[in-house]
Amino acid sequence: MTKYLLCDNMIEYWNPQIERMPLDELEQIQEERLRHLVDYVYTHSPFYKKRFDEAGVKPEDIRTLEDLQKLPFTYKQDLRDNYPKGMFCVPDTQLVRYHVSSGTTGKPTVVGYTKNDIHEWAKSLGRALTSIGVGRGDVLQVSYGYGLFTGGLGLHYGAEEVGSTVLPISVGNTDKQLELMQDLGTTTLACTPSYFLYMAEEAKDKGIDFQEDTGLKTGIFGAEPWTEEMRKRMEDATGIKAYDVFGTSELSGPLFTECTCQDGIHIWGDQFIVEIIDPETGDTLPEGERGELVITTLKKEALPLIRYRIGDCTILNKQPCECGRTHPRIMRVTGRVDDMLIIRGINVFPGQVESVLMKIPEVEEHFMIHVDRINEMDTMKIQIEMNDEAFSDKVNDIISLEKKVASALKSVLNLSVGVELVEHGTIPRSIGKSKKIIDNRKL
Amino acid sequence: MDEKFIKQISLFAENKPGHLANIASSFKEASVNIRAFTIAEAGDFGIIRMVVDKPEKAHRVLHDAGFTVSETDVLGIQMEDVPGQLATIAEVLGKKGVNIDYAYAFVTKTEKAFLIIRVNDLKTAVETLYEQGISLLDMGDVQSI
Repeated sequence: MTKYLLCDNMIEYWNPQIERMPLDELEQIQEERLRHLVDYVYTHSPFYKKRFDEAGVKPEDIRTLEDLQKLPFTYKQDLRDNYPKGMFCVPDTQLVRYHVSSGTTGKPTVVGYTKNDIHEWAKSLGRALTSIGVGRGDVLQVSYGYGLFTGGLGLHYGAEEVGSTVLPISVGNTDKQLELMQDLGTTTLACTPSYFLYMAEEAKDKGIDFQEDTGLKTGIFGAEPWTEEMRKRMEDATGIKAYDVFGTSELSGPLFTECTCQDGIHIWGDQFIVEIIDPETGDTLPEGERGELVITTLKKEALPLIRYRIGDCTILNKQPCECGRTHPRIMRVTGRVDDMLIIRGINVFPGQVESVLMKIPEVEEHFMIHVDRINEMDTMKIQIEMNDEAFSDKVNDIISLEKKVASALKSVLNLSVGVELVEHGTIPRSIGKSKKIIDNRKL
Repeated sequence: MDEKFIKQISLFAENKPGHLANIASSFKEASVNIRAFTIAEAGDFGIIRMVVDKPEKAHRVLHDAGFTVSETDVLGIQMEDVPGQLATIAEVLGKKGVNIDYAYAFVTKTEKAFLIIRVNDLKTAVETLYEQGISLLDMGDVQSI
């Protein structure tokens, strides 16, 4: 790690040569790597070869960054259609890890990693952690889920990369979280913003003051959308600095964070190319316009993604940051282009709910998803109409039907869901794509 | 034995204002008379149970109005309006292993008390009550109350 004195502030960089590189030099690296990438996927992945051939693009057509626009997009559906490993570019013997995310209509998506992929991932987070002042001597409490979900292990490797001490506690058991946070001197906490707010409430009830009783100074929050207002509330209530983290399971979980300037998330240009497009037309939008985030991976070996449609809405900012880093930033994600919901860090598509309900004959196909944030926790309630034939006039029968639906949903979504049976005809029927979500979360 | 059953109309209703008025006015238009009525309430929803003089018509009217409605066979027991009657009924049914899912009562202008019960075993219940000399209402009785 190198330290630079910039004005009055000491700014630390994990890799200053790369992070402070002039944008034109960075773009030169991107161009070289892009040319290599298209060759690589064309020759290693039958999926990409077919995709390029169908679009009439040859690897040699891609010479400059502008040529990127000639390449076809890649979608989440492609990963599902090629389940489990149809898009991989390396033989199984090269893989050192799998992560798997829950499927929307049955099939999950599988992402494989080579040893280099894991290292690039850790490097990306290593730069990010350094940019928020987390490094050797810090204790990073990773309260993201470990396992198939990328959150826990992602932060874990990033923290080890910079020499922080990891407390791999995973999600839940708030009492233990607070106890160890105090006893082991946690300085940095990584979890969903709603879980942090919940933890803060619990701490307050127990008479634990974050400023007085813990050494916590930094929070890394993500896996669900949050806002500047929430940041202010969290920082005011607990005295910590709260930073946004970004990534998706298809790219490799958490990858990037804001820097101490808290003005956008740096996307490392030597590893990824960012585009913002109009989700309707697919046209690339000029810098500063809000649109759908599209990312191309430049260094991934096992599962490189070409122009992958992330589905999040954001703005691209290529102006150099006050922190001295030149890599492009994406501003806060403001929503989705599709109907995906993020509840307590878990992705939920209305299609998943629908497919569960279709298998329960006692209920009708009409449903409405209500999302709210109660006591800082996201809640999800499904209203459904009871089938006439299934109606029993015993209260217990109706309550057990609600329980049956709730447990079927839980097993597929991995999320506790409230279920409310409503009268026939109360759920609005709309022509075409029906509106199935009411999101009352005040972010 | 079927003639000793009473057709009860049950409907699923969310707890919200003005709901009962809709039901009542549907009945008024169809000139259906309600003889007994109860609401079992459980949080967000309730189940309305009614004994009416024209159950088929009531069912049709409510169904057409979009309600989730069902017809359930229940028993109507005529009781003397004196203490101890309910205890006797509950005791004899209990001894025979008949479970009462729910019950509600109403009193007529002729000073008779009636108890409506839903049981898990209609046949045994009817036989038991019959042996005890307890009289049961039929649909004809309901219409003429």
